[in-house]
Amino acid sequence: MERVRSLIAAEPTPLHDLDGIRGLMLRLCAAMGRVVGASGVGLTVMAKDGVRGVIVATDPATERLEELQYTLGEGPCVDAFGRQHPVLVPSLADGAMTRWPTYAPAAYDAGIRAVFAFPLQVGGARLGIMDVFRSHPGALSGEEFRLALTFADAAVSTLLDSQAQVPASDDLDDRLGDPLGSRTELFQAQGMVMAQLGTNLHDAMARMRAYAYAENRHLADVASDVVARRLRFDPDPS
Amino acid sequence: MTTVSADRLARVFVEFADTLVDEFDLIEFFQLLASRTAALLDASPVGLLIADPRGRLEFMAASDENVKLLELFQVQNQEGPCLDAYRSGTPVINADLRAAESRWPSFAARAVAAGYRSVHAFPLRLRQEKIGALNVFSATAGGRLEDSDVQIVQALADVAAIGLLQQRAISRAELLTEQLQGALNSRIIIEQAKGVVAQARGTSVDEAFDLIRTYSRNHSRRLGDVASAVVTDLSSIPELSRPQGNSH
Repeated sequence: MERVRSLIAAEPTPLHDLDGIRGLMLRLCAAMGRVVGASGVGLTVMAKDGVRGVIVATDPATERLEELQYTLGEGPCVDAFGRQHPVLVPSLADGAMTRWPTYAPAAYDAGIRAVFAFPLQVGGARLGIMDVFRSHPGALSGEEFRLALTFADAAVSTLLDSQAQVPASDDLDDRLGDPLGSRTELFQAQGMVMAQLGTNLHDAMARMRAYAYAENRHLADVASDVVARRLRFDPDPS
Repeated sequence: MTTVSADRLARVFVEFADTLVDEFDLIEFFQLLASRTAALLDASPVGLLIADPRGRLEFMAASDENVKLLELFQVQNQEGPCLDAYRSGTPVINADLRAAESRWPSFAARAVAAGYRSVHAFPLRLRQEKIGALNVFSATAGGRLEDSDVQIVQALADVAAIGLLQQRAISRAELLTEQLQGALNSRIIIEQAKGVVAQARGTSVDEAFDLIRTYSRNHSRRLGDVASAVVTDLSSIPELSRPQGNSH
């Protein structure tokens, strides 16, 4: 994760969309594309009701390919979101044409030969999708696949923190990141907080991160307190 | 330790094969592997750990699911018999937990405190491919696995691994990777669902899991599907959302 964070930080700031979540996501896409030799990277943020929200992409052609999947209602990205696992298409010419009869030929005509779609998710919380497009066929290497998963994790943290208005910082990521060995409790706590707030997992996770940030505590310790019922979240934060 | 009848074993193998040819769900398959292995071994707790793409072992399924066992499975992403079996590709058999404190300081101490005396781990692998490891705990001093038991359990693990990798061979090369990632996420959903039900029903997370599992069995639904419904719309399953005492 440190390596991915520094890659994102080293990515030159784009001239447009300087501020806010769009700028952060754009840098993440650009850094992702650079390390895996992608022709483009697109990222779609879903609204909480599962409706397509914001799209960011490294270039206009990629943005059109991203947009097209939603217009047509088919494509690797649509499948990855629905099935909640990555969809890896190392060759658009093999089988993809029958799987996505309208989208695959359109992407192929645009010069795309491989697509890899990664859900931005934590269990039942589905925040969006990251699509990696390549102009040459071939599978992602093991290292590229691991990097892509880490970029997807970074996107999830960034989206949650932007919702909770927690400022991004390296220190925060260390403190909020999932420490080894205590993840089960963290996921159970997310479910408990969701039921306490009467909302969704997405909000529960954002609230827990914001609380850990404000109280200067580790997320794992906050989760531990929730599961032990020493800490409970109030539906009304005010 | 056990005398497994050929008939019983044959039925388990047939059940595995039958599960794998259908439109199958990985979590269901891993649950089946864990619970059938446990049944063959006089109900010793059995757990399954699957490696994520970053090589970290994640808890996936168990014959018996409770906080203490989950902790023992989870700590093995840092040390323990499953990590050793996964990395070496060879089983770890009859490890005496009380003599294992230098080998696995954190794991052995927790396992002894949880009441276990010996532990075994079998790699889930096929040739060069490593998927994870299968873990067996024994509570009694005589909880040794005989050679015949070891062969049977490793055979079960091998059949499971071959079945999974065969799925990949007959379709796309990326399918197993996609499905394992999906199963890892399903496991997270199950943990989140435990939390939701524990809060709604005012129970412990272990009791919440029993409620979710019982509901799934009674309604012939997949555990993963019920967990998914719980975290997206709990009110769709009133039996799991009512506070305790109000159920019928």
